[in-house]
Amino acid sequence: MDFLWFKWGLFGVMAVLSVVSSLMMVTRRNPIHSALWMIATFCALAVIYLMLHAQFIAVAQVMVYAGAIMMLIIFVIMLVHLEKDVVSQGGVSTTKFVGGFITVILFLEIIFVILSSQMTGKEGTYTPEVLSSIGNVRAVGYLLYGQYLFPFEIASILLLVGIVGAVVLVRGKRKVKSS
Amino acid sequence: MLPDIPYSLYFALSGVLFTIGAIGAITRRNAIIVFMCIELMLNAVNLVFIASGKMLSSMDGTIFVFFIMTVAAVEAAVGLAIFVIIFRLKQTINVDEINLLKG
Repeated sequence: MDFLWFKWGLFGVMAVLSVVSSLMMVTRRNPIHSALWMIATFCALAVIYLMLHAQFIAVAQVMVYAGAIMMLIIFVIMLVHLEKDVVSQGGVSTTKFVGGFITVILFLEIIFVILSSQMTGKEGTYTPEVLSSIGNVRAVGYLLYGQYLFPFEIASILLLVGIVGAVVLVRGKRKVKSS
Repeated sequence: MLPDIPYSLYFALSGVLFTIGAIGAITRRNAIIVFMCIELMLNAVNLVFIASGKMLSSMDGTIFVFFIMTVAAVEAAVGLAIFVIIFRLKQTINVDEINLLKG
């Protein structure tokens, strides 16, 4: 059974979907619509991660990005009453036009580098045969709790700092006036 | 017989997404849309890491993407808290009007 037709077709559909969704996200006036198009982009990227045999990251992408971060953004949009702000004054200033032009030059540079240079690098040890025998999640677990244990613990401290910081920032100074 | 998808296509898709995010971050005036464009740029970089990891038969790309997602989640929490405070202070989150530090 030849699956390569399906793989090419799926990649084409998901690539077009992600590019179109991100373009719609950037250009919508209503920020809730932008957030919903962003969720579509994240889900298309998760399918592309699955095609690259990164099952752990695909599921983490849907859970963390499309699930938690976008929900947080939608809540904040509603908290600052932005969903009523559907009309924004038009006009792109000169600075932004120049910035956009420089970004297009950056894009052309990226495409030139992709087309002209070969990626060289040391081949790692996790070949597809090894990964299909021990599983992707188990390999991530071996690495996270083995070689990358120190960054893993630092990431947990970073999350703690973020949680405490977000709560402290939003609470304000109401507790100072006691006694 | 069709060849497998070349890795340069994944890199090209990542470049396109990164450019769309960069133009959105420069052009839009709404601070939350700018934040979402920054997240889009981070996702484009995630795609490069995973494609490179697959290409070089290494799991380092996946581990790095794990840490990028962690940092993006923390950045979302703290950044959106800052947006809420700025909105309380100035009743707007138009990035052109947040110029309290301007001389």
